Amino acid sequence: MTSPLIKVDHLTRVFDVSKPWLNRVIERESKQYLRAVDDVSFEINKGETLALVGESGSGKSTIAKMLVGLLKPTSGSVLFDGHPIRMDTSKDMQQLRKRFQMIFQSPYASLNPRWKVTDIIAEPMIVLDVEKDRIQIKKRVEKLLELVGLSGKEGNKFPHEFSGGQRQRIAIARALSANPEFIVCDEPTSALDVSVQAQILNLMRDLQDELGLTYLFISHDLSVVRHMANRVGVLYLGALEEVADSEALFKTPKHPYTRMLLDAVPDLEMTGRKRKEITGEIPNPINPPSGCTFHPRCPYAEKRCKIEKPKLLETDSGAAACHFV
Amino acid sequence: MNTALSNFLASDFFYKFSRSPVAIAAFIVTMTLVLSAFFAPVIATQNPFDPGSLNLMNGFSKPGVVNDFTGETFFLGTDDQGRDIYSTILYGLRVSLFVGFSAVLFAMILGATLGLIAGYTGGRVDSIIMRIADIQLTFPAILIALLIFGIAKGITPPSYRDEVAIWVLILAIGLSDWVQFARVVRGATLVERNKEYVQAAKLIGRSPFSIMIKHILPNTLGPVLVIATISLALAIIAEATLSFLGVGAPPTQPSLGTLIRIGQSFLFSGEWWILFYPAVTLLALALSVNLLGDWLRDALNPKLK
Repeated sequence: MTSPLIKVDHLTRVFDVSKPWLNRVIERESKQYLRAVDDVSFEINKGETLALVGESGSGKSTIAKMLVGLLKPTSGSVLFDGHPIRMDTSKDMQQLRKRFQMIFQSPYASLNPRWKVTDIIAEPMIVLDVEKDRIQIKKRVEKLLELVGLSGKEGNKFPHEFSGGQRQRIAIARALSANPEFIVCDEPTSALDVSVQAQILNLMRDLQDELGLTYLFISHDLSVVRHMANRVGVLYLGALEEVADSEALFKTPKHPYTRMLLDAVPDLEMTGRKRKEITGEIPNPINPPSGCTFHPRCPYAEKRCKIEKPKLLETDSGAAACHFV
Repeated sequence: MNTALSNFLASDFFYKFSRSPVAIAAFIVTMTLVLSAFFAPVIATQNPFDPGSLNLMNGFSKPGVVNDFTGETFFLGTDDQGRDIYSTILYGLRVSLFVGFSAVLFAMILGATLGLIAGYTGGRVDSIIMRIADIQLTFPAILIALLIFGIAKGITPPSYRDEVAIWVLILAIGLSDWVQFARVVRGATLVERNKEYVQAAKLIGRSPFSIMIKHILPNTLGPVLVIATISLALAIIAEATLSFLGVGAPPTQPSLGTLIRIGQSFLFSGEWWILFYPAVTLLALALSVNLLGDWLRDALNPKLK
């Protein structure tokens, strides 16, 4: 058993969503906090793809940001190959930054519109000091462009001259620029056409095989997750409800929330399975339900669920946080 | 270079320009005035501020009329000391444009820097900078310029006053005008800083300073350019106002405003041309720059396409 590449340990992030001080005094309200991520622990092994799924507001993107040092955890830690991820720019942290990257959700906002594509792709190499020689940089940018399926000559253009899918390819080339081992993909296809989505996903898989990359793949699209992931983690209100191998999770979901999500996927193969609608909405995270946060929507909820918060317990194929597993 | 020119000629921007007679006219007037100010020593008939080239007998020559004493003709007339109005206008235009451009540049750099810092840092720094800006907005700009001018006059020794007067003028107008640059840049920065390309730059450990300069600033320059053009007209008028009030450009380096002030004292004795021609020039300059700024704002605004 090798040690995991990423170890996320009791990660918690609380946002202060209070009104301004003067309003609080006049309206006699106390400070309000939102637990966006609540005590999440998981590991990612080298070469695998872990997917995090969940509804909007379940804390997926917050976890992603904390993993790459864009957001400071309130408590808990992220270890990258044994080194803690921090937000400073010290020498050892910059050394660590070479090894991870991120692909963002919107290919329209993630490329600076005033920069040429070559400069965009070369930026991580230059800032992280991977390559200094200008000719080498130019060569590598061309190589990266070809690697993601664009022509090496297109580096002279500006981002607005490309389509959404091409832009996401450029974003992938930028992510690969400093030769990382680990890439966080924050819903990389949700802003793209369905026809382009598949191309981008296949490109990402090919690159994974070719370069031995490790992915954290964040998505709300279960069919995309099934295509990409080795293991899947299900988030609900900032807490991890179930982690399991992809196959096992899709075949035999353990947690009632996972089951509800899977039942809601439209049945395109027309097997006659009735699609069950998702009932209820994700509760207000400022004031979450007591006990198991899923109990107001859970068909199996009992008294115990309202009082006691279930722990993430090991099952035969992973782990689930439910009193009935 | 050649491709840059042909790209520009084929651009939307140039097309819109070529279809707007107002913009073309304003551009021609502005360029004529700027160029004639630039080449003033070449095209002026005399250097009106070199006492050796003046002849007092030429005083109060009427425009286009032969002077009875010297036989010379001045097509815009002369003032009481025999200075050719046409030449004084050219030299005055120089001072007005120099002060206007410099003041706007100063206001732009100051305002953009503060706006960038306020927008990117947020929190307390943002509150402090923008409250200062709000307080300054409650005073009329000309009052602030007068105040700064007064303070500067108080602290500079009298022997230097004429030398530093132009720079004080630039400082005063610039300081009274930075607020709008700061507001616009701050607004744009607030939008840009949350975009993912900024996150991508943070991710690789770029410093806030280099993110602000290399990533955010270039994306806020569009509106800044528009405001700068409109501000230029305002700065020229502000300079003329201050000079008219006697606190601006010194008589040794008169601007258009100073010329108007000088001319105003002869208005009721019938020598109208001393006031009239500088005033018309100022009007043409301010109007054409303003029209150009208005057109630029419309042309660069995607919502009005």
